[in-house]
Amino acid sequence: MSDTAVKDAAVAVTKEQLPYVDPRKPRRTGIKLVGILVFWLVCYAAFKGQWTKALGLQDTTELQRKINDARDWIQLEGQDNWFIGGVLGAIGDALNSLVEFFQKLVSIPALPRPVPEIGWLGVVAIAAWVTFVFAGLRSTVLVTLSLLSFGVVGLWSESMDTLIITGISVAICIIIGLPVGIWMARSKSVSTAITPVLDLMQTFPAFCYLAPFALFFGIGPATAVILTLIYALPPMVRITEHGIRTVSATTIEAARSMGLTGTQMLRQVQLPMAKRTIVVGINQCMMAALSMATIAALVNGPGLGKPVVSALQVLNVGAASVAGLAIVVMAIMLDRTTTAASERTTGKTNIASASGMSVMLTGVVLERLPRWATEEAGRGQRLPRLTASGRWMLQSLLLIPVVVCVLLSRQQLRYAEFPDVTDTPVLKWISGPELTKQINRFTDWLVGGIDTYTIWIKDHVTEWIINPLQDLLSLSPWWVMALVLLAVAYALGGWRPAVITAVCEGVILITGLWNDSMVTLSMTLIATALVMVIAVLLGVAMGRSRRADLAIRPFLDAFQVIPPFVYLVPALALFLPGRFTAIIAATAYAVPIATKLVADGIRGVSSTTVEAARATGSTRWQMISKVQLPMARESLVLATNQGLLYVLSMVVIGGMVGGGSLGYIVVSGFSQDQLFGKGLCAGVAIAALGVMLDRIARYAAARYGN
Amino acid sequence: MTATVEPSQSATATSTNGTGDQDVALHVQGLWKIFGPRADKIMKSSDAQLSRKELQEKTGHVVGIRDVSFDVAPGEVFVVMGLSGSGKSTLVRLLTRLIEPTAGTVEMYGEDITAMSDRALLDTRRRKVSMVFQHFGLLPHRKVVDNVAFGLEVRGEGRSDRRNRAQEMVDLVGLSGYENNFPDQLSGGMQQRVGLARALAADPDIMMFDEPFSALDPLIRRDMQNEVIRLHHEVGKTMVFITHDLAEALKLGDRILIMRDGEIIQIGTPDEVVGAPADDYVKDFTSDVPRSHVLTLKWVMRDPEAAGGDDVPVDGPVLKSDQIVRDAARVVLDHHGPCRVVEGDKVVGVVDDEDILRVVVAEEDAS
Repeated sequence: MSDTAVKDAAVAVTKEQLPYVDPRKPRRTGIKLVGILVFWLVCYAAFKGQWTKALGLQDTTELQRKINDARDWIQLEGQDNWFIGGVLGAIGDALNSLVEFFQKLVSIPALPRPVPEIGWLGVVAIAAWVTFVFAGLRSTVLVTLSLLSFGVVGLWSESMDTLIITGISVAICIIIGLPVGIWMARSKSVSTAITPVLDLMQTFPAFCYLAPFALFFGIGPATAVILTLIYALPPMVRITEHGIRTVSATTIEAARSMGLTGTQMLRQVQLPMAKRTIVVGINQCMMAALSMATIAALVNGPGLGKPVVSALQVLNVGAASVAGLAIVVMAIMLDRTTTAASERTTGKTNIASASGMSVMLTGVVLERLPRWATEEAGRGQRLPRLTASGRWMLQSLLLIPVVVCVLLSRQQLRYAEFPDVTDTPVLKWISGPELTKQINRFTDWLVGGIDTYTIWIKDHVTEWIINPLQDLLSLSPWWVMALVLLAVAYALGGWRPAVITAVCEGVILITGLWNDSMVTLSMTLIATALVMVIAVLLGVAMGRSRRADLAIRPFLDAFQVIPPFVYLVPALALFLPGRFTAIIAATAYAVPIATKLVADGIRGVSSTTVEAARATGSTRWQMISKVQLPMARESLVLATNQGLLYVLSMVVIGGMVGGGSLGYIVVSGFSQDQLFGKGLCAGVAIAALGVMLDRIARYAAARYGN
Repeated sequence: MTATVEPSQSATATSTNGTGDQDVALHVQGLWKIFGPRADKIMKSSDAQLSRKELQEKTGHVVGIRDVSFDVAPGEVFVVMGLSGSGKSTLVRLLTRLIEPTAGTVEMYGEDITAMSDRALLDTRRRKVSMVFQHFGLLPHRKVVDNVAFGLEVRGEGRSDRRNRAQEMVDLVGLSGYENNFPDQLSGGMQQRVGLARALAADPDIMMFDEPFSALDPLIRRDMQNEVIRLHHEVGKTMVFITHDLAEALKLGDRILIMRDGEIIQIGTPDEVVGAPADDYVKDFTSDVPRSHVLTLKWVMRDPEAAGGDDVPVDGPVLKSDQIVRDAARVVLDHHGPCRVVEGDKVVGVVDDEDILRVVVAEEDAS
């Protein structure tokens, strides 16, 4: 208390002596926005359908054709160019052969052998041993069961491929991200130079990375790795910097007073103290990598994304679900394991779920294991914990069965190739084809039972909300829309976001996809509105009641580890392809993060203020509407910001399930040769939309935050 | 009543038959708070008699307030004081049921708060009692004047009415000209003035202060204490004032309730607390207090009969028994001899140089 009291006192004295502070001027944002809306509606009524810059799907602009030509040139002549053929080509080749090396090791036949070098039994044994050493017995059980489940559902080599892509990307992320993060933490100017780049990278939806990299590296594993690593790099760098920066200043000062050099400081003080945070960074990096590695299926990246994409294309919900579930299991496995590893680095278990990604499923299963079977046993009072050397001995001894398993898997076919379990007594019920059939039967039954309602909802929402808003945005003349967006940016955030908006509008105009961008924007706005309604309802309940929080939060945590791709599957099953389906998937994807932010904001409202309002006799509704929501305004804006970005990235992915517009153009760019340039432009337009929405929301947050 | 009201000659002890009695602003009887899920069960069992520590070890429940009873007279400034963890903040919240009591009753001007429906409780909070908080609890998104008007808004008063009333209160606490500022533009002391104005705006019968000045620096704190004394003179509200600062308690309190571990240790006027501490705990507490600033002549005078009766002077100054020692010192020291001390018309004792010096010199020794 003394510290803050002294500080407060210092401020108090000087402020107390100030004779007068100018009150702030009112902004009247509401009136400005109404004015903008009136102008918009009038123009819409007057010029509906003119100057809309609509472009048919197969039509292309001059620029888009030029990009096609550029691609052709790169593919034909580029090989002789020192940079494209030389540098980039070498990188691409290196990555391709690296991926191939690992694939031959565990997932594809290593010719002349008919099977990979190490069969499934060896892989499971090695994975289990590594997990045991780094993350403990619980995680080992989880990893073993997860890996076996991939084999049982018949997706062994796909899941190995996904692990390879994710693993290589994360490894490169650590190699690049760790030094950069450290450098940023130690130099302010480096930090100020790199932070905006990271901001921008995180603002771009995953989809807009696809085309540009495919242009230079072609479609295939190399592009998949590069995409994944670029997408997963920012969290690694950010969290590393944060971890090192937040090492207690007192400790640093004490160390400096003992005469440590810069390197000593880093190695002996900062890195050890930031270790746990850095492992959290690796966890976040890995989750981002996994979600991108599945999306990379669109550029022919190997892995679990492929069965999802091909199943979605033929509307086979069952097959998509099986592959989707495998992705979810993998996400849970990686998340829990790295979280357990990060907790272990501190030697304490009470710092639960450092990344905030505890997962109820595994939690429930593993809590039920007897105590002796878990790493907790070592911490009990009766069983003394293993000493360091004892632990080392145990780990070495366990290597023997691992080696045996690896050898077995090299020699016997049934341990090399995961056996087909469709005829095995119990396992056949959870084999891939059977699961697909059952899920299809179940969804047919379910959807057949309720599709009159779901289709009714879909039709009415489409007719009454989606269509009118989409018309308003896409049938207004482009210059009206441009002015409206500029004016909104100015009203909400001042001239800075207005300038950024102008630049982004310019970019979108250049891509020639103005009309499609407006369609995407309208879907994004609807989904974000939906997200915020749900997030406020849930968030207020969670923020006000601990019990509600305990009940809801595990679900949000679980939903957050699911890669975006997977959300398409249930949405598709319920609502059939269409814009509404894309909106629902986007909403489901963005609700968890937005809800958490709202809940944290509500809980963050000063408890004294809440108590003061209670003491004044506020009813519950007065408390929420007059105190809690207004005081959580900053969090609400932040939640909207995050909601917008999540929704945007998902709405474009929704292009695959009938969402149309930009997302569909990106996908078409890979399947239709002549549309490559247009797809790339769509990616750029998505990025521009993302930056524009993010900046408007961010400046608004800065202005209306407290 | 388990509370030990000391010393026995206390003249200010109020009646305890408070039910329906308009002479008692606040009547608290047998108030308990046990924190934990099975508090009611423990209340009924014999575990309630265990000490705080024993109960926590046995059941995991914590006793916040243990069997507290007291009365507050209308217009009185009643100070509850204790160290952190003594339960004083819990006590003040029990009085308006911001925390639900486990047992006991609280009556406010004859109305039983503990038996009220939610609706009636809401109304009581809106009209009868208001509170000032340590960390102010202002709404950062509202201007000063709208913060002050918040209570009036909550109870549904019209915009112009509440604006006028709020402006009056802003003027009363000396913040004229700042009404359109936002709280974060003001200093801590000024923010707490807003808190005061907000509490006054509802025109409550009773005002509760929960360590209102602890977060302020000493100079501002002194100003604010004087402000409270001034406001008390002007508006004459009954005040319940929580503090951990003995000097503040002695300065503001008509009577002081000293708490430890959720129990009452002593209730008395400032001079009683300093002159006749109930136990070593209170004694220790009050040991640093400049006694001459607090004690009245009653505490230092000698019994005229003890000296055989011849000692009583027939002339010279006459002093009242409730005069503070420090204020009487000059007169006594100038007189060079015993002075009479009276209570009403009756001579109740004498004081001379030595009696005065004993108090003053003892302080010198102590420091």
